[in-house]
Amino acid sequence: MIRNVDAVTATIERGAATAPVASHEQPRPPTAARNHKGGFFRSSNGKKVVMAVTGAVMVLYLIAHMAGNLKIFFGAADFNEYAAFLREIGHPLVPHRTVLTLVEVVLSVSVVLHMWSAVSLARRAAKARPVKYAARPKSQASGYAVKTMRYGGVIILLFIIWHLLDLTFAAVNPAGPNGEPYQRMVEGFAPGRWPVTLFYVVALLLVGLHLRHGLWSAFQTLGLAGGRRERPVKLAAAGLSALLVLGFLSVPLSITIGLVK
Amino acid sequence: MNLTLKVWRQDGPSDQGRMVTYEVKDVSPDMSFLEMLDVLNERLILEGGDPVAFDHDCREGICGMCGMVINGVAHGEQRATTTCQLHMRHFKDGDTVTIEPWRAAPFPVVKDLVVDRSAFDRIIQAGGFISVPAGSAPDAHAIPVKKDDADSAFDAATCIGCGACVAACPNGSASLFTAAKITHLGLLPQGQPERDKRAKAMVDQMDLEGFGGCTNTGECTAVCPKGIPLSTIAQMNRDYLKSK
Ligand code: HEM
Ligand code: SF4
Ligand code: FES
Repeated sequence: MIRNVDAVTATIERGAATAPVASHEQPRPPTAARNHKGGFFRSSNGKKVVMAVTGAVMVLYLIAHMAGNLKIFFGAADFNEYAAFLREIGHPLVPHRTVLTLVEVVLSVSVVLHMWSAVSLARRAAKARPVKYAARPKSQASGYAVKTMRYGGVIILLFIIWHLLDLTFAAVNPAGPNGEPYQRMVEGFAPGRWPVTLFYVVALLLVGLHLRHGLWSAFQTLGLAGGRRERPVKLAAAGLSALLVLGFLSVPLSITIGLVK
Repeated sequence: MNLTLKVWRQDGPSDQGRMVTYEVKDVSPDMSFLEMLDVLNERLILEGGDPVAFDHDCREGICGMCGMVINGVAHGEQRATTTCQLHMRHFKDGDTVTIEPWRAAPFPVVKDLVVDRSAFDRIIQAGGFISVPAGSAPDAHAIPVKKDDADSAFDAATCIGCGACVAACPNGSASLFTAAKITHLGLLPQGQPERDKRAKAMVDQMDLEGFGGCTNTGECTAVCPKGIPLSTIAQMNRDYLKSK
Protein backbone atom coordinates (compact mmCIF):
# COMPACT_ATOMS: atom_id res chain seq x y z
CA MET A 1 0.00 0.00 0.00
CA ILE A 2 1.39 3.35 -1.05
CA ARG A 3 1.21 5.79 1.80
CA ASN A 4 2.85 8.88 0.43
CA VAL A 5 1.64 9.51 -3.10
CA ASP A 6 3.51 12.83 -3.33
CA ALA A 7 6.86 11.24 -2.54
CA VAL A 8 6.30 8.53 -5.12
CA THR A 9 5.27 11.05 -7.78
CA ALA A 10 8.33 13.12 -6.99
CA THR A 11 10.48 10.04 -7.37
CA ILE A 12 8.96 9.22 -10.74
CA GLU A 13 9.37 12.81 -11.94
CA ARG A 14 12.99 12.80 -10.96
CA GLY A 15 13.63 9.81 -13.17
CA ALA A 16 15.01 6.43 -12.37
CA ALA A 17 18.63 7.63 -12.28
CA THR A 18 18.15 9.64 -9.10
CA ALA A 19 17.89 8.10 -5.70
CA PRO A 20 14.32 8.36 -4.44
CA VAL A 21 13.68 10.59 -1.48
CA ALA A 22 11.81 8.54 1.06
CA SER A 23 9.58 10.62 3.27
CA HIS A 24 11.56 9.67 6.37
CA GLU A 25 14.77 11.14 4.98
CA GLN A 26 13.75 14.67 4.10
CA PRO A 27 16.68 17.09 3.78
CA ARG A 28 17.51 17.78 7.40
CA PRO A 29 19.76 20.56 8.58
CA PRO A 30 22.48 19.41 10.97
CA THR A 31 22.50 20.82 14.47
CA ALA A 32 25.27 23.28 13.68
CA ALA A 33 23.06 25.03 11.14
CA ARG A 34 19.74 24.83 12.89
CA ASN A 35 19.56 28.54 13.50
CA HIS A 36 20.59 29.35 9.96
CA LYS A 37 18.30 31.91 8.32
CA GLY A 38 18.03 32.30 4.57
CA GLY A 39 18.58 35.42 2.51
CA PHE A 40 21.21 36.66 0.11
CA PHE A 41 23.48 38.42 2.61
CA ARG A 42 23.43 35.48 4.98
CA SER A 43 24.46 33.04 2.27
CA SER A 44 28.16 32.40 1.79
CA ASN A 45 27.83 33.34 -1.88
CA GLY A 46 26.10 36.60 -0.99
CA LYS A 47 28.89 37.50 1.41
CA LYS A 48 31.44 36.78 -1.28
CA VAL A 49 29.59 39.09 -3.65
CA VAL A 50 29.69 41.87 -1.05
CA MET A 51 33.43 41.23 -0.65
CA ALA A 52 34.01 41.30 -4.39
CA VAL A 53 31.96 44.43 -5.09
CA THR A 54 33.38 46.44 -2.17
CA GLY A 55 36.87 45.20 -3.12
CA ALA A 56 36.29 46.41 -6.68
CA VAL A 57 35.20 49.85 -5.43
CA MET A 58 38.39 50.10 -3.37
CA VAL A 59 40.54 48.98 -6.30
CA LEU A 60 39.05 51.64 -8.58
CA TYR A 61 39.87 54.21 -5.91
CA LEU A 62 43.41 52.85 -5.54
CA ILE A 63 44.02 53.24 -9.29
CA ALA A 64 42.95 56.89 -9.18
CA HIS A 65 44.87 57.50 -5.95
CA MET A 66 48.06 55.98 -7.33
CA ALA A 67 47.87 57.99 -10.55
CA GLY A 68 47.24 61.17 -8.51
CA ASN A 69 50.25 60.52 -6.29
CA LEU A 70 52.54 60.51 -9.31
CA LYS A 71 51.83 64.26 -9.63
CA ILE A 72 54.51 64.70 -6.98
CA PHE A 73 57.12 64.25 -9.72
CA PHE A 74 55.85 67.47 -11.36
CA GLY A 75 56.85 69.60 -8.37
CA ALA A 76 55.33 71.27 -5.33
CA ALA A 77 53.11 73.77 -7.16
CA ASP A 78 51.50 71.13 -9.38
CA PHE A 79 50.96 68.71 -6.51
CA ASN A 80 49.43 71.25 -4.16
CA GLU A 81 47.23 72.58 -6.92
CA TYR A 82 46.05 69.05 -7.64
CA ALA A 83 45.28 68.49 -3.95
CA ALA A 84 43.27 71.72 -3.90
CA PHE A 85 41.48 70.72 -7.10
CA LEU A 86 40.28 67.47 -5.46
CA ARG A 87 38.41 69.60 -2.95
CA GLU A 88 36.85 71.72 -5.67
CA ILE A 89 35.51 69.08 -8.08
CA GLY A 90 32.10 70.22 -9.30
CA HIS A 91 32.44 73.65 -7.66
CA PRO A 92 30.50 75.96 -7.93
CA LEU A 93 27.72 73.56 -8.93
CA VAL A 94 28.13 71.79 -5.60
CA PRO A 95 29.68 73.13 -2.37
CA HIS A 96 33.38 72.63 -1.57
CA ARG A 97 34.45 69.09 -0.78
CA THR A 98 31.12 67.55 -1.88
CA VAL A 99 32.62 65.02 -4.26
CA LEU A 100 35.56 64.29 -1.97
CA THR A 101 33.24 63.70 0.99
CA LEU A 102 31.09 61.44 -1.14
CA VAL A 103 34.15 59.39 -2.09
CA GLU A 104 35.17 59.19 1.56
CA VAL A 105 31.73 57.94 2.58
CA VAL A 106 31.57 55.31 -0.17
CA LEU A 107 35.07 54.11 0.75
CA SER A 108 34.32 53.93 4.48
CA VAL A 109 31.18 51.92 3.82
CA SER A 110 33.14 49.64 1.49
CA VAL A 111 35.88 49.02 4.06
CA VAL A 112 33.31 48.16 6.74
CA LEU A 113 31.26 45.84 4.52
CA HIS A 114 34.42 44.20 3.17
CA MET A 115 35.60 43.46 6.68
CA TRP A 116 32.17 42.28 7.77
CA SER A 117 32.18 39.79 4.93
CA ALA A 118 35.77 38.69 5.64
CA VAL A 119 35.08 38.18 9.34
CA SER A 120 31.82 36.29 8.86
CA LEU A 121 33.39 34.00 6.23
CA ALA A 122 36.35 33.33 8.54
CA ARG A 123 33.98 32.46 11.38
CA ARG A 124 31.98 30.19 9.09
CA ALA A 125 35.19 28.46 8.07
CA ALA A 126 36.24 27.95 11.69
CA LYS A 127 32.85 26.38 12.47
CA ALA A 128 33.06 24.12 9.44
CA ARG A 129 36.31 22.55 10.72
CA PRO A 130 36.08 22.26 14.50
CA VAL A 131 38.71 19.48 14.66
CA LYS A 132 42.01 20.40 13.03
CA TYR A 133 44.31 17.96 11.26
CA ALA A 134 47.13 16.48 13.32
CA ALA A 135 49.48 16.43 10.36
CA ARG A 136 50.32 19.94 9.24
CA PRO A 137 48.19 20.33 6.11
CA LYS A 138 50.48 20.74 3.12
CA SER A 139 49.20 23.25 0.61
CA GLN A 140 48.69 21.55 -2.74
CA ALA A 141 47.66 24.66 -4.62
CA SER A 142 50.25 27.08 -5.89
CA GLY A 143 50.13 30.61 -4.61
CA TYR A 144 51.45 32.36 -1.57
CA ALA A 145 49.10 35.34 -1.87
CA VAL A 146 46.04 33.40 -0.78
CA LYS A 147 47.62 32.65 2.62
CA THR A 148 48.12 36.34 3.33
CA MET A 149 44.50 37.39 2.73
CA ARG A 150 43.25 37.38 6.32
CA TYR A 151 46.27 38.53 8.32
CA GLY A 152 47.33 40.75 5.40
CA GLY A 153 43.90 42.35 5.48
CA VAL A 154 44.32 43.21 9.16
CA ILE A 155 47.76 44.75 8.54
CA ILE A 156 46.33 46.71 5.60
CA LEU A 157 43.58 48.01 7.89
CA LEU A 158 46.12 49.17 10.47
CA PHE A 159 48.06 50.76 7.65
CA ILE A 160 44.97 52.62 6.38
CA ILE A 161 44.40 54.03 9.88
CA TRP A 162 48.01 55.16 10.23
CA HIS A 163 47.97 56.55 6.71
CA LEU A 164 44.90 58.69 7.43
CA LEU A 165 46.44 59.99 10.66
CA ASP A 166 49.70 60.71 8.83
CA LEU A 167 48.80 62.30 5.53
CA THR A 168 45.10 63.11 5.69
CA PHE A 169 44.63 64.52 9.19
CA ALA A 170 48.39 65.11 9.63
CA ALA A 171 48.04 64.31 13.31
CA VAL A 172 51.26 62.28 13.29
CA ASN A 173 52.96 64.14 10.46
CA PRO A 174 55.98 66.38 11.16
CA ALA A 175 54.60 69.11 8.88
CA GLY A 176 51.45 69.26 11.00
CA PRO A 177 47.84 69.96 10.00
CA ASN A 178 48.78 73.34 8.56
CA GLY A 179 51.48 72.03 6.24
CA GLU A 180 50.95 72.02 2.48
CA PRO A 181 50.25 68.53 1.04
CA TYR A 182 53.61 68.46 -0.75
CA GLN A 183 55.45 69.43 2.41
CA ARG A 184 53.66 66.70 4.37
CA MET A 185 54.78 64.09 1.87
CA VAL A 186 58.41 65.25 1.78
CA GLU A 187 58.71 65.58 5.55
CA GLY A 188 56.67 62.44 6.16
CA PHE A 189 59.03 60.27 4.13
CA ALA A 190 62.28 62.05 5.02
CA PRO A 191 65.23 59.62 5.47
CA GLY A 192 65.08 60.12 9.24
CA ARG A 193 61.55 58.71 9.31
CA TRP A 194 62.65 55.44 7.70
CA PRO A 195 60.60 53.19 10.05
CA VAL A 196 57.45 54.88 8.72
CA THR A 197 58.57 54.38 5.15
CA LEU A 198 59.38 50.76 5.90
CA PHE A 199 55.85 50.24 7.23
CA TYR A 200 54.50 51.77 4.02
CA VAL A 201 56.61 49.42 1.93
CA VAL A 202 55.55 46.31 3.86
CA ALA A 203 51.87 47.31 3.81
CA LEU A 204 51.98 48.06 0.09
CA LEU A 205 53.57 44.71 -0.69
CA LEU A 206 50.72 43.11 1.25
CA VAL A 207 48.20 45.17 -0.74
CA GLY A 208 49.88 43.79 -3.86
CA LEU A 209 49.53 40.20 -2.65
CA HIS A 210 45.97 40.88 -1.48
CA LEU A 211 44.99 42.12 -4.91
CA ARG A 212 46.91 39.46 -6.77
CA HIS A 213 44.58 36.88 -5.28
CA GLY A 214 41.66 39.20 -4.59
CA LEU A 215 41.18 40.59 -8.09
CA TRP A 216 41.07 37.15 -9.63
CA SER A 217 38.93 35.87 -6.79
CA ALA A 218 36.45 38.69 -7.31
CA PHE A 219 36.03 37.79 -10.98
CA GLN A 220 35.55 34.17 -9.99
CA THR A 221 33.00 35.14 -7.32
CA LEU A 222 30.99 37.20 -9.78
CA GLY A 223 31.08 34.31 -12.25
CA LEU A 224 33.20 36.21 -14.78
CA ALA A 225 36.38 34.13 -14.69
CA GLY A 226 35.39 30.68 -15.87
CA GLY A 227 36.79 28.51 -18.63
CA ARG A 228 39.19 30.10 -21.09
CA ARG A 229 39.12 33.39 -19.25
CA GLU A 230 40.84 31.94 -16.18
CA ARG A 231 44.42 32.50 -17.35
CA PRO A 232 43.97 35.99 -18.82
CA VAL A 233 42.09 37.14 -15.72
CA LYS A 234 44.83 35.76 -13.43
CA LEU A 235 47.52 37.46 -15.51
CA ALA A 236 45.64 40.77 -15.54
CA ALA A 237 45.17 40.55 -11.75
CA ALA A 238 48.90 40.01 -11.24
CA GLY A 239 49.77 42.80 -13.70
CA LEU A 240 47.44 45.39 -12.18
CA SER A 241 48.60 44.51 -8.64
CA ALA A 242 52.25 44.91 -9.63
CA LEU A 243 51.52 48.21 -11.36
CA LEU A 244 49.68 49.58 -8.33
CA VAL A 245 52.44 48.55 -5.91
CA LEU A 246 55.22 50.01 -8.08
CA GLY A 247 53.29 53.24 -8.65
CA PHE A 248 52.55 53.69 -4.96
CA LEU A 249 56.08 52.73 -3.84
CA SER A 250 57.80 55.08 -6.29
CA VAL A 251 56.66 58.17 -4.34
CA PRO A 252 57.89 57.52 -0.77
CA LEU A 253 61.06 55.80 -2.01
CA SER A 254 61.92 58.73 -4.29
CA ILE A 255 61.61 61.04 -1.31
CA THR A 256 63.75 58.80 0.91
CA ILE A 257 66.60 58.67 -1.62
CA GLY A 258 66.32 62.42 -2.23
CA LEU A 259 64.99 62.34 -5.78
CA VAL A 260 62.06 64.43 -4.64
CA LYS A 261 62.70 67.10 -2.03
CA MET B 1 59.40 -1.89 3.45
CA ASN B 2 58.52 -1.11 7.05
CA LEU B 3 56.32 1.81 7.97
CA THR B 4 55.20 3.60 11.10
CA LEU B 5 51.53 4.56 10.90
CA LYS B 6 49.86 7.18 13.05
CA VAL B 7 46.18 6.45 12.67
CA TRP B 8 43.12 8.31 14.01
CA ARG B 9 41.11 5.89 16.18
CA GLN B 10 37.64 6.85 17.36
CA ASP B 11 35.24 4.26 18.73
CA GLY B 12 32.09 6.09 17.72
CA PRO B 13 30.55 9.48 16.96
CA SER B 14 30.65 10.59 20.59
CA ASP B 15 34.12 9.23 21.41
CA GLN B 16 36.95 11.77 21.84
CA GLY B 17 39.32 9.97 19.50
CA ARG B 18 43.11 9.86 19.48
CA MET B 19 46.10 9.12 17.24
CA VAL B 20 47.47 5.57 17.70
CA THR B 21 50.85 4.44 16.41
CA TYR B 22 51.29 1.09 14.60
CA GLU B 23 54.29 -0.55 12.98
CA VAL B 24 53.56 -2.33 9.69
CA LYS B 25 56.25 -4.72 8.41
CA ASP B 26 57.01 -6.13 4.95
CA VAL B 27 54.83 -3.77 2.93
CA SER B 28 55.18 -4.49 -0.77
CA PRO B 29 55.55 -1.49 -3.11
CA ASP B 30 52.89 -3.11 -5.32
CA MET B 31 50.23 -2.89 -2.64
CA SER B 32 47.63 -0.18 -2.74
CA PHE B 33 47.27 2.02 0.31
CA LEU B 34 44.09 0.20 1.29
CA GLU B 35 45.79 -3.20 0.91
CA MET B 36 48.48 -1.97 3.26
CA LEU B 37 45.72 -1.13 5.77
CA ASP B 38 44.19 -4.59 5.14
CA VAL B 39 47.51 -6.12 6.23
CA LEU B 40 47.47 -4.05 9.40
CA ASN B 41 43.84 -5.01 10.07
CA GLU B 42 44.46 -8.74 9.58
CA ARG B 43 47.18 -8.54 12.18
CA LEU B 44 44.98 -6.53 14.56
CA ILE B 45 42.21 -9.13 14.20
CA LEU B 46 44.64 -12.01 14.84
CA GLU B 47 45.89 -10.22 17.93
CA GLY B 48 42.29 -9.89 19.09
CA GLY B 49 42.19 -6.11 18.56
CA ASP B 50 39.73 -3.87 16.80
CA PRO B 51 40.55 -3.34 13.09
CA VAL B 52 40.82 0.21 11.75
CA ALA B 53 37.49 1.10 10.11
CA PHE B 54 37.69 2.77 6.70
CA ASP B 55 35.29 3.19 3.80
CA HIS B 56 35.91 1.59 0.41
CA ASP B 57 34.00 -0.19 -2.31
CA CYS B 58 35.24 -0.38 -5.90
CA ARG B 59 38.95 -0.01 -5.15
CA GLU B 60 39.39 1.18 -8.72
CA GLY B 61 38.91 4.91 -8.32
CA ILE B 62 35.34 5.23 -9.56
CA CYS B 63 32.93 4.94 -6.63
CA GLY B 64 34.13 7.73 -4.34
CA MET B 65 33.80 5.72 -1.14
CA CYS B 66 37.42 5.68 -0.03
CA GLY B 67 39.21 8.70 1.26
CA MET B 68 41.54 9.68 4.05
CA VAL B 69 43.95 12.47 4.74
CA ILE B 70 47.42 11.01 4.32
CA ASN B 71 50.30 13.08 5.74
CA GLY B 72 48.07 16.14 5.68
CA VAL B 73 46.92 15.71 2.08
CA ALA B 74 43.50 14.40 1.06
CA HIS B 75 44.00 11.11 -0.86
CA GLY B 76 47.78 11.52 -0.38
CA GLU B 77 50.26 13.58 -2.32
CA GLN B 78 49.92 11.69 -5.59
CA ARG B 79 47.84 13.93 -7.88
CA ALA B 80 44.53 12.88 -9.46
CA THR B 81 44.49 9.65 -7.46
CA THR B 82 41.99 8.19 -5.01
CA THR B 83 43.30 6.55 -1.85
CA CYS B 84 42.47 3.10 -3.27
CA GLN B 85 44.57 3.82 -6.35
CA LEU B 86 47.50 5.21 -4.39
CA HIS B 87 50.33 2.68 -4.39
CA MET B 88 52.91 2.02 -1.74
CA ARG B 89 55.76 2.57 -4.21
CA HIS B 90 55.32 6.28 -3.48
CA PHE B 91 56.50 5.67 0.10
CA LYS B 92 59.98 4.85 1.41
CA ASP B 93 61.14 2.28 3.92
CA GLY B 94 61.05 3.81 7.41
CA ASP B 95 58.48 6.51 6.54
CA THR B 96 56.04 7.70 9.17
CA VAL B 97 52.57 8.12 7.70
CA THR B 98 49.74 9.98 9.46
CA ILE B 99 46.23 8.89 8.49
CA GLU B 100 43.19 10.96 9.45
CA PRO B 101 39.54 11.13 8.44
CA TRP B 102 38.06 14.00 6.40
CA ARG B 103 37.69 16.84 8.91
CA ALA B 104 34.52 18.91 8.53
CA ALA B 105 31.59 19.57 10.83
CA PRO B 106 29.07 18.42 8.17
CA PHE B 107 31.04 15.13 7.83
CA PRO B 108 30.81 13.69 11.36
CA VAL B 109 33.12 10.76 12.13
CA VAL B 110 31.22 7.46 12.36
CA LYS B 111 34.21 5.38 13.44
CA ASP B 112 37.98 5.75 12.97
CA LEU B 113 38.44 6.91 9.36
CA VAL B 114 34.79 6.57 8.30
CA VAL B 115 32.81 9.79 8.01
CA ASP B 116 29.13 10.31 7.25
CA ARG B 117 28.84 12.11 3.93
CA SER B 118 25.03 12.23 3.81
CA ALA B 119 25.32 16.02 3.62
CA PHE B 120 26.37 15.52 -0.04
CA ASP B 121 23.25 13.43 -0.66
CA ARG B 122 21.09 16.20 0.74
CA ILE B 123 22.78 18.75 -1.56
CA ILE B 124 21.96 16.49 -4.52
CA GLN B 125 18.40 16.03 -3.28
CA ALA B 126 18.01 19.80 -3.12
CA GLY B 127 18.52 20.20 -6.87
CA GLY B 128 21.03 17.82 -8.43
CA PHE B 129 18.56 16.23 -10.81
CA ILE B 130 16.51 16.94 -13.92
CA SER B 131 12.77 16.38 -14.03
CA VAL B 132 12.09 14.19 -17.05
CA PRO B 133 9.26 11.77 -17.53
CA ALA B 134 10.70 8.35 -16.88
CA GLY B 135 10.21 5.99 -19.79
CA SER B 136 12.28 4.37 -22.49
CA ALA B 137 15.59 6.10 -23.12
CA PRO B 138 15.42 8.66 -25.98
CA ASP B 139 17.70 8.30 -29.01
CA ALA B 140 21.17 9.53 -28.12
CA HIS B 141 21.23 11.97 -31.06
CA ALA B 142 17.70 13.32 -30.59
CA ILE B 143 18.98 16.48 -28.82
CA PRO B 144 22.15 17.92 -30.36
CA VAL B 145 24.78 19.16 -27.86
CA LYS B 146 27.76 21.34 -28.82
CA LYS B 147 31.00 19.38 -28.58
CA ASP B 148 32.60 21.91 -26.19
CA ASP B 149 29.59 21.80 -23.89
CA ALA B 150 29.40 18.03 -24.02
CA ASP B 151 33.09 17.78 -23.10
CA SER B 152 32.88 20.27 -20.23
CA ALA B 153 29.68 18.69 -18.91
CA PHE B 154 31.31 15.28 -19.03
CA ASP B 155 34.44 16.54 -17.25
CA ALA B 156 32.25 17.91 -14.47
CA ALA B 157 30.18 14.73 -14.38
CA THR B 158 33.25 12.67 -13.51
CA CYS B 159 33.02 13.91 -9.89
CA ILE B 160 32.65 10.81 -7.74
CA GLY B 161 31.47 12.64 -4.61
CA CYS B 162 34.40 11.49 -2.52
CA GLY B 163 34.58 14.67 -0.42
CA ALA B 164 38.32 15.27 -0.76
CA CYS B 165 37.58 18.84 -1.84
CA VAL B 166 35.89 19.53 1.50
CA ALA B 167 38.67 17.80 3.44
CA ALA B 168 41.37 19.87 1.71
CA CYS B 169 39.61 23.23 1.77
CA PRO B 170 40.92 25.50 4.55
CA ASN B 171 37.34 26.83 4.81
CA GLY B 172 35.70 23.39 4.80
CA SER B 173 33.70 24.44 1.75
CA ALA B 174 31.81 22.02 -0.49
CA SER B 175 31.88 24.39 -3.43
CA LEU B 176 33.81 22.18 -5.83
CA PHE B 177 31.48 19.21 -5.39
CA THR B 178 28.34 21.35 -5.65
CA ALA B 179 29.75 23.29 -8.60
CA ALA B 180 30.63 20.08 -10.44
CA LYS B 181 27.03 18.91 -10.25
CA ILE B 182 25.61 22.33 -11.19
CA THR B 183 28.00 22.60 -14.15
CA HIS B 184 27.36 19.07 -15.33
CA LEU B 185 23.58 19.55 -15.49
CA GLY B 186 23.62 23.25 -16.38
CA LEU B 187 25.65 22.83 -19.56
CA LEU B 188 23.27 20.32 -21.11
CA PRO B 189 19.95 21.12 -22.82
CA GLN B 190 18.11 18.75 -20.49
CA GLY B 191 19.30 20.77 -17.50
CA GLN B 192 18.08 24.18 -18.69
CA PRO B 193 14.51 24.33 -17.32
CA GLU B 194 15.66 24.06 -13.71
CA ARG B 195 19.07 25.66 -14.10
CA ASP B 196 18.68 28.78 -11.96
CA LYS B 197 16.46 27.16 -9.38
CA ARG B 198 18.95 24.31 -9.11
CA ALA B 199 21.91 26.58 -8.40
CA LYS B 200 20.04 28.43 -5.69
CA ALA B 201 18.64 25.31 -4.05
CA MET B 202 21.97 23.48 -4.01
CA VAL B 203 24.03 26.45 -2.80
CA ASP B 204 21.48 27.16 -0.05
CA GLN B 205 21.54 23.52 1.04
CA MET B 206 25.35 23.61 1.10
CA ASP B 207 25.19 26.58 3.50
CA LEU B 208 22.48 24.93 5.55
CA GLU B 209 24.62 21.84 6.07
CA GLY B 210 27.30 24.01 7.67
CA PHE B 211 29.99 23.93 5.00
CA GLY B 212 32.28 26.97 4.84
CA GLY B 213 32.33 29.63 2.13
CA CYS B 214 34.68 29.44 -0.85
CA THR B 215 37.62 31.84 -1.02
CA ASN B 216 39.05 30.39 -4.22
CA THR B 217 42.17 28.94 -2.60
CA GLY B 218 42.35 26.15 -5.18
CA GLU B 219 43.22 23.45 -2.63
CA CYS B 220 40.13 21.47 -3.71
CA THR B 221 40.95 21.13 -7.37
CA ALA B 222 44.57 20.26 -6.50
CA VAL B 223 43.55 17.17 -4.51
CA CYS B 224 40.46 16.22 -6.56
CA PRO B 225 41.03 12.71 -7.93
CA LYS B 226 39.05 13.71 -11.03
CA GLY B 227 40.68 17.10 -11.56
CA ILE B 228 37.38 19.02 -11.45
CA PRO B 229 38.46 22.58 -12.39
CA LEU B 230 37.84 25.78 -10.40
CA SER B 231 36.02 27.19 -13.41
CA THR B 232 33.02 25.09 -12.36
CA ILE B 233 32.81 27.31 -9.26
CA ALA B 234 32.65 30.40 -11.48
CA GLN B 235 29.80 28.72 -13.34
CA MET B 236 28.01 27.94 -10.08
CA ASN B 237 28.39 31.56 -8.92
CA ARG B 238 27.08 32.84 -12.25
CA ASP B 239 24.01 30.60 -12.12
CA TYR B 240 23.43 31.50 -8.47
CA LEU B 241 23.53 35.24 -9.20
CA LYS B 242 21.15 34.77 -12.14
CA SER B 243 18.68 33.01 -9.85
CA LYS B 244 18.45 36.17 -7.74
C1 HEM C 1 43.06 48.73 0.12
C2 HEM C 1 42.09 48.09 0.65
C3 HEM C 1 41.54 46.76 0.13
C4 HEM C 1 41.27 46.38 -1.15
C5 HEM C 1 41.46 47.20 -2.40
C6 HEM C 1 40.77 45.02 -1.10
C7 HEM C 1 40.39 44.28 -2.20
C8 HEM C 1 39.93 42.98 -2.15
C9 HEM C 1 39.39 42.23 -3.25
C10 HEM C 1 39.23 42.73 -4.68
C11 HEM C 1 39.07 40.99 -2.77
C12 HEM C 1 38.48 39.82 -3.56
C13 HEM C 1 37.04 39.61 -3.31
C14 HEM C 1 36.67 38.17 -3.53
O1 HEM C 1 37.35 37.28 -2.99
O2 HEM C 1 35.69 37.91 -4.23
C15 HEM C 1 39.42 40.94 -1.39
C16 HEM C 1 39.26 39.85 -0.58
C17 HEM C 1 39.51 39.82 0.76
N1 HEM C 1 39.85 40.90 1.55
FE1 HEM C 1 40.29 42.73 0.89
N2 HEM C 1 40.76 44.60 0.20
C18 HEM C 1 41.20 45.65 0.99
C19 HEM C 1 41.30 45.70 2.36
C20 HEM C 1 41.03 44.63 3.18
C21 HEM C 1 41.03 44.68 4.63
C22 HEM C 1 41.29 45.95 5.46
C23 HEM C 1 40.74 43.41 5.07
C24 HEM C 1 40.64 42.85 6.47
C25 HEM C 1 40.19 43.42 7.51
C26 HEM C 1 40.57 42.57 3.91
C27 HEM C 1 40.30 41.21 3.94
C28 HEM C 1 39.98 40.44 2.85
C29 HEM C 1 39.75 39.03 2.89
C30 HEM C 1 39.83 38.12 4.12
C31 HEM C 1 39.43 38.64 1.58
C32 HEM C 1 39.02 37.25 1.13
C33 HEM C 1 40.17 36.50 0.68
C34 HEM C 1 39.84 35.35 -0.18
O3 HEM C 1 38.89 35.42 -0.99
O4 HEM C 1 40.59 34.39 -0.07
N3 HEM C 1 40.74 43.34 2.78
N4 HEM C 1 39.93 42.17 -1.02
S1 SF4 D 1 34.88 17.53 -6.80
FE1 SF4 D 1 36.58 16.02 -6.82
S2 SF4 D 1 37.28 15.98 -4.69
FE2 SF4 D 1 35.23 16.90 -4.65
S3 SF4 D 1 33.80 15.20 -4.32
FE3 SF4 D 1 33.97 15.45 -6.56
S4 SF4 D 1 35.62 14.03 -7.15
FE4 SF4 D 1 35.80 14.27 -4.92
S1 FES E 1 37.17 2.54 -3.23
FE1 FES E 1 35.97 3.32 -4.91
S2 FES E 1 37.05 5.15 -5.36
FE2 FES E 1 38.34 4.23 -3.87
